[in-house]
Amino acid sequence: MKHTISILVENNAGVLARISGLFARRGFNIHSLAVGVTDDEKVSRVTIVANGDDYTLEQIEKQLNKLIDVIKVRTVKPDELLERELILVKVSCTAQQRHELISIAKITQAKISDTSVDSMTLELSDSQPQLENFQELLRPYGIKEIVRTGTIAIQKGSASLRI
Amino acid sequence: MAKEKMTVAAAMVKALEKEGIKHIFGYPGAAICPFFDELLHSEIKSILVRHEVNGGHAAGAYARVTGKPAVCVATSGPGATNLITAVASAHMDSIPIIAITGQVVSSLVGRDAFQEADITGACEPFVKHSYLVKNAESIGEVIKKAFYIAGTGRPGPVLIDVPMDIQKQEIEFEYPETVEIRSYKPSFSGNKLQIKKAAEALRNSSKPLICAGGGVIAAMAREELRRLSEMCDIPVVSTMMGIGAISTEHRNYYGMIGVFGVTTAKLALKECDLLIVLGARMSDRSVTDSEVFEGTTVIHIDVDPAEIGKNSRVNIPIVGDVKKITEQFTEELNDMKHTEWQDMLRQSRLSGGEKAADGLCCHNAAYVNPKSFIKALCAALPSKCVICSDVGSNQIWAANNVELTEEGLFITSGGMGTMGYALPAAVGAKTADGSAEVVALCGDGSFQMCFMELATAIQHNINIKIAVFVNNYLGMVRELQDNNYSGRRTMVDLSGSPDFLKLAEAYGIAGETVYTDKEAESAVKRMADSDKPYLLQVMVDPTEKSLIE
Repeated sequence: MKHTISILVENNAGVLARISGLFARRGFNIHSLAVGVTDDEKVSRVTIVANGDDYTLEQIEKQLNKLIDVIKVRTVKPDELLERELILVKVSCTAQQRHELISIAKITQAKISDTSVDSMTLELSDSQPQLENFQELLRPYGIKEIVRTGTIAIQKGSASLRI
Repeated sequence: MAKEKMTVAAAMVKALEKEGIKHIFGYPGAAICPFFDELLHSEIKSILVRHEVNGGHAAGAYARVTGKPAVCVATSGPGATNLITAVASAHMDSIPIIAITGQVVSSLVGRDAFQEADITGACEPFVKHSYLVKNAESIGEVIKKAFYIAGTGRPGPVLIDVPMDIQKQEIEFEYPETVEIRSYKPSFSGNKLQIKKAAEALRNSSKPLICAGGGVIAAMAREELRRLSEMCDIPVVSTMMGIGAISTEHRNYYGMIGVFGVTTAKLALKECDLLIVLGARMSDRSVTDSEVFEGTTVIHIDVDPAEIGKNSRVNIPIVGDVKKITEQFTEELNDMKHTEWQDMLRQSRLSGGEKAADGLCCHNAAYVNPKSFIKALCAALPSKCVICSDVGSNQIWAANNVELTEEGLFITSGGMGTMGYALPAAVGAKTADGSAEVVALCGDGSFQMCFMELATAIQHNINIKIAVFVNNYLGMVRELQDNNYSGRRTMVDLSGSPDFLKLAEAYGIAGETVYTDKEAESAVKRMADSDKPYLLQVMVDPTEKSLIE
């Protein structure tokens, strides 16, 4: 089962290596990992999507908590979670295809970030299933390059993860 | 205290003094020279070991004797990487050591400079925490935090890597009085409701059992364990790390459990209806889930929440300091009797069956029986003694036959099973407490990994006693090959080993070779009576078993 784990960490050198090392050596599978600083510049927030059963999740949380630089760990149930991931897709695009791609962008609420004579780069921020769908829509045009940020997530409602 | 101007190296020394450090075990090199140079002006005694890994083991044993973090020091690159096995061993056994390493100058870090190694990276899986000091001003805070982290909660090693240019940098220094880490708050007392629940479970149990682990010793909860066991008449078994958690001679103690445990301890584990796991992590070598009957209620008390439920199921988890919780738990209880249960276990212990299984009979008289040797040795030693053991058959002989009172300690590498541990550990233990009689029980394989430390003992007047079991085999692997590989012995023959008595002589250490049990009886007395280091070369049957058949 897939779990989304939010981690607040001290913004110290090496903290990401400690976290990813822990996942690797304990055999926990990372699906995606995203990290960025919070409103407090001394604190970063890591979002990890990981696979595992309940036992694995419990161990991941406990082992993460043992890392000195880890301040808080929280795994939120999927239905209480607002998840987003940003994707950039560069597709081949002839002049004739431009209109089709513009309409795909409109339907999916993607942004056209860059165009050239024979390519177009589209940008979409959405939940994972939507991104998969978006990719499928673009595939027939010939995907030249894809970049994804990894999922970031926040809990719905007023509850918040703070120090 | 006002700030003083000094170099970081001087500040490091001052910080160690403030932490009450009396000895450090180390090995020099260019990158750590500024620190050692400053150490010259200090009361702290530096003990030059002959290999960095042994400095780490010595510090580990020192910490186990004093109950406080101990320090080992090495230079950059190979000096630091040589430390890793010791750091990993300390990590596995929850031993608080502070490993200080020199690093190449900051401007060269990351450029594969001479004797550069990413030691914080390499040690990451084996430390509780580590620091690469980049900011000279932070040195006080780093050391203060390192000691706090190493010594509290579940103890463990902390590494501090200090580039050489940083060591030389001048700073305004004041050692912090207090420490605060918002992301590190080890829990102390146990949840009261859980403790009440555990007490209720014990009241309802007719066959309770305590399994004591190294956590009891680390938490200095031996007295509390004894009181609980006596007041509530609860039998005690131990893991290897838990040997000595209660006197091995206590009437309620039934020995070590696990793959290499004794019959009665295993029987107790199988038959109990309530199991109190006290400061043990239920590792694969001690307990497998299937060994604990499904209907048995399991109470797991440990300072590390991650250990609860990791290896074994649990009904009542209690997280916190083992000493404090055992105290709280005992307060909830009144006198109990479990006569029938104890009688059954005592019967098993007394029966001839166990003696045979534990190898005390059926012995080849042309050699020394290592099991009875250890008993004779312990009888000859004062009650305040530290027995350090290596890894291999000799470790199992020691674990199952060592006799300790409340004052005694058994020191071995439990989790990592690191060979060559006993001698450097003995050096560390004796340095920590000169009033204790310290004996290294070595295998001839293990001894050849570390015998250079005989020089350390001589150089620093560290009066340790050594028994080397000689059978010219890596006995435990030999046994494994005999049992599981149809007797195809490979890489286990130690032919070419020296006469260890002559080797000892070369270091100026007296000793004798012991061929029979009868000789052993008087030899252990001579060794115990010697006021100088002494080595017994104990000739053991090459086919001597460690496993219980």
